[in-house]
Amino acid sequence: MWSRLVWLGLRAPLGGRQGFTSKADPQGSGRITAQVIEHLERLALVDFGSCEAVARLEKAIAFADRLRAVDTDGVEPMESVLEDRCLYLRSDNVVEGNCADELLQNSHRVVEEYFVAPPGNISLPKLDEQEPFPHS
Amino acid sequence: MAAPMLRWVGRGRLWTFARVDGGSCHRREAPTGSTSNWIRGQSSVAQQPLYTTQKPRKGEHKWAAVVGLEIHAQISSNSKLFSGSQVRFSAPPNSLVSFFDASLPGTLPVLNRRCVEAAVMTGLALNCHINKKSLFDRKHYFYADLPAGYQITQQRLPIAVNGSLTYGVYAGKKQSQVIPKTVRIKQIQLEQDSGKSLHDDLRSQTLIDLNRAEGQLRVDANISVHHPGEPLGVRTEVKNLNSIRFLAKAIDYEIQRQINELENGGEILNETRSFHYQLGCTMSMRDKEGKQDYRFMPEPNLPPLVLYDATSLPAGADPQQVINIDQIRETLPELPSVTRERLVQQYGMLLEHSFTLLNEVGLLEFFQNVIKETRAEPKKVTSWVLNTFLGYLKQQNLAVSESPVTPSALAELLDLLDSRTISSAAAKEVFEELWKREGKTPGQIVSEKQLELMEDRGALEQLCHSMMEAHPQVVMDLKKGNPRAINKLIGLVRKATQSRADPAMIKEILEKKLSS
Repeated sequence: MWSRLVWLGLRAPLGGRQGFTSKADPQGSGRITAQVIEHLERLALVDFGSCEAVARLEKAIAFADRLRAVDTDGVEPMESVLEDRCLYLRSDNVVEGNCADELLQNSHRVVEEYFVAPPGNISLPKLDEQEPFPHS
Repeated sequence: MAAPMLRWVGRGRLWTFARVDGGSCHRREAPTGSTSNWIRGQSSVAQQPLYTTQKPRKGEHKWAAVVGLEIHAQISSNSKLFSGSQVRFSAPPNSLVSFFDASLPGTLPVLNRRCVEAAVMTGLALNCHINKKSLFDRKHYFYADLPAGYQITQQRLPIAVNGSLTYGVYAGKKQSQVIPKTVRIKQIQLEQDSGKSLHDDLRSQTLIDLNRAEGQLRVDANISVHHPGEPLGVRTEVKNLNSIRFLAKAIDYEIQRQINELENGGEILNETRSFHYQLGCTMSMRDKEGKQDYRFMPEPNLPPLVLYDATSLPAGADPQQVINIDQIRETLPELPSVTRERLVQQYGMLLEHSFTLLNEVGLLEFFQNVIKETRAEPKKVTSWVLNTFLGYLKQQNLAVSESPVTPSALAELLDLLDSRTISSAAAKEVFEELWKREGKTPGQIVSEKQLELMEDRGALEQLCHSMMEAHPQVVMDLKKGNPRAINKLIGLVRKATQSRADPAMIKEILEKKLSS
């Protein structure tokens, strides 16, 4: 989660999307609004259950914002720490698969050879009403 | 999870351009260049001044629609884009799934060389600029058929950009004229496909199959409307379109819906809609969670994809590990637009003929085989192949490969026609016989049915004479000056000769007799 938030902040000028701090508070006091929290919770399916959690989030963003102190004008952003590595190209041969039985053992519920999932996406308010679907 | 997909995107930017004006609608191609240039160009063309009132009255503003198509095409390969599982139709559920495809922790994507070659080939065929460096990204969203919670795609820097495709639109009376058009290809990107969900509403569950080889061509349309000279409108995405006909219907409906909504003071939401086939309308698919935020980030497990050409190829590189764009370009077959041009130049056929020849599987090859074996003029061959031959095929819903008439047979028939051994009407009769698949050659049919043209002019003259005597009324009509009466006489003589006489010769003899 940390790295994801850091990344969002850095990408703000490129993608045209605002960083969360600037969206929440242009003065930069680092407060995150309830609206932003709800949005994050929906996107990432995490639960910012308490004030402490939100405070921690704000501190994390403030910590990451220190990167803005670096002057990056005219510097090409690094896309990947692997940028000097060669992307390995695999030959188009069939070498794996055919292990449905093994894979299906991981599933809580199975119907014939299908994984079973709840219908569609469950909207968050309804999650309280049902038994939560075990997800990682 | 890693069934390879190629996505052609023309999203949001001007790409094809449709002008809707009081119900009439015609499509114009967008010139290459930036969006703002096009809009500036448009306002100088528009005759009406733009009003500045808040609520425009219906029909007073001209509307322009902008349509972008996202086309998902599956790559033909043995294994998947990022894993070594097989790509195959109709396999038992989850049997073509590797640990990576099931998104088990600790698994990594490994790029399939063949998929990159396919993407480069597609980019070259569509006149794109191939990016020597392209990047992979993660597009995050939650759905049961996407076990990783993200899809690996190429959003920031795809493998090919800025291409174009020429195609033909049938227009004019009888829809027989072809107008060549060009459309821009914004980009081509490699991406994973998600799994397949089967919704079981009865038991309130969804069944997931992660095989992902469906072999379909899927299209989503992005549609917005605006007034020329103003910024682009909010776009909606219409999904669930699986035929060209419904694609056209859905786009037309959505353009009109948006115009109606805006003219009535409403607003367009940036949402996803699906097309309802029976009702012929689009319906909102938006769930209450609001607009999707895909949180794009670079794929940390894949370095940039670097491609080379003849000049930049590193010396001593492992050929398995490098992709040479120039080498791939050489393996491209002759592209359809080049073939069409060649056919028009070489055989003097119309553009629409070249389109028809290429649009039917196997027809071009058939045509070229006939040309090879016959002495007849190319224009005659074109006419027989596109009218008679294709007509018979279509009537019986047959493919070219199922044709009872071989190119050699047609070539022989055209030779007989060309050498004036038989008349054109007789040739049609022979063709009908050939279609019956009785194994006879045109020559055999002609002699069996005695269809040879009458060589004996004397006998023909005598026949004309007796016809004229038998039908004095018609001769009278003719003498009175009715020009169509001669056709009746010609018809009578032809019938008497069982179509064995050349109608032109009959006409000539009759006219000579009448004038004497």
